[in-house]
Amino acid sequence: MKPAPFDYLRPEDLDAALAALAADPEAAALAGGQSLLAMMNMRAARPTTLVDLSGLSELRGVAEDGVGLRIGALTTHATLETDPLIAARAPLLQCAARELAHPAIRNRGAIGGSLALADPAAELPAVAVALNGTLEIAGQDGRREIAADDFFLGAYETALAPGELIVAIRIPSTVKRVAYRKLARRHGDYAMVGLAAAWPKDDSPRIAFFAVSDAPTLAVRAGRALVAGDVDAAVAALADDLSPIDHPDCDAATKLHLAGVLLRRAYLELGE
Amino acid sequence: MEPEATIRLTVNGEAVQARTPVRQSLVDFLREELDLTGSHVGCEHGVCGACTLLLNGEIVRGCLTLAVQAEGADVTTVEGADLKSLQEAFVERNALQCGFCTPGMLLTADALLKRNPTPTRKEARAFLSGNYCRCTGYHAIVDAVLAVAGRETS
Repeated sequence: MKPAPFDYLRPEDLDAALAALAADPEAAALAGGQSLLAMMNMRAARPTTLVDLSGLSELRGVAEDGVGLRIGALTTHATLETDPLIAARAPLLQCAARELAHPAIRNRGAIGGSLALADPAAELPAVAVALNGTLEIAGQDGRREIAADDFFLGAYETALAPGELIVAIRIPSTVKRVAYRKLARRHGDYAMVGLAAAWPKDDSPRIAFFAVSDAPTLAVRAGRALVAGDVDAAVAALADDLSPIDHPDCDAATKLHLAGVLLRRAYLELGE
Repeated sequence: MEPEATIRLTVNGEAVQARTPVRQSLVDFLREELDLTGSHVGCEHGVCGACTLLLNGEIVRGCLTLAVQAEGADVTTVEGADLKSLQEAFVERNALQCGFCTPGMLLTADALLKRNPTPTRKEARAFLSGNYCRCTGYHAIVDAVLAVAGRETS
């Protein structure tokens, strides 16, 4: 279980990184490596070139940007767990980071990597959707932005074009009324079903489910039912909002049932 | 000939310069090139914790770190870390049998107590959840960690 041979580059700036990715269509970007290196060890991924992003200071930092928070793509899950700005302005990210994998993984794994990989069971894509985040993306053709709502297209499938990198994610103004539930057999396991919810003032709650379908799913009808205070209707609405997919560890019917269980628990927290 | 690199790093306080295949993991580099066999190789995909070591003072998976990523870094393995209290407690409480998980358990437990000197049993179990043990059934390990934390439990 050793990876296939590859060339390794550690560019010193973003332009050099983008050029390296463009030069080899089978190159992969290395952020925290906690998913990519595992896949490479099992030879499930065999990039011919690894472009190590760790030298790119542009991708680092958590800072207020006048509207909300700007989080560099290389921000580790451990930082999401402990950073006071995250705790104050985006507590939903802190909730998710606390239960994400294990401490040693969190010290290396990065938010940009998690968002770019778009594992159906991943936590942070759902949080990005619940918080109505915007992704800043860079490619050789220039920069662009895309809403988290439009970024996650399917299992391991995002709106990133070949050679593009996530630079940062921006979270708009603070939402205090949040709830997070991840159901897993053991600490650190991938979720069987999960939910990230944010209820902004004067709006419907944004309830994003993960590990249910092949991408994070916003339960729009359920959200409207909660505005009306009808949690039973919200749970019933999940049958229309969600398209659960069978998984060896948890079949679709069970996922739908558990989604309702998590929604009731989350509502108790959101209702405060 | 596969791609190689020369890396310079500090390992257990000593400056090291060596050639490494670019695809060699940090744990394999430490074991094969430096004979530091205290860090173990288990699952090679980050879940078992046997390869846990310290990179710039933080616990990481040695199997999910390339040796080249440790360029300029400060690496500490079980051989070089100050773990005496935990090691004594592990022996007293029979918290090891074959010893395969033990280096990873010790380094993770030490990281826990540095962050949270008085963990509850639940908190200790959650923090250690990324380290698997096939022999002991875990209770003795948690007992040992809590004993060092100053909270005796049965």
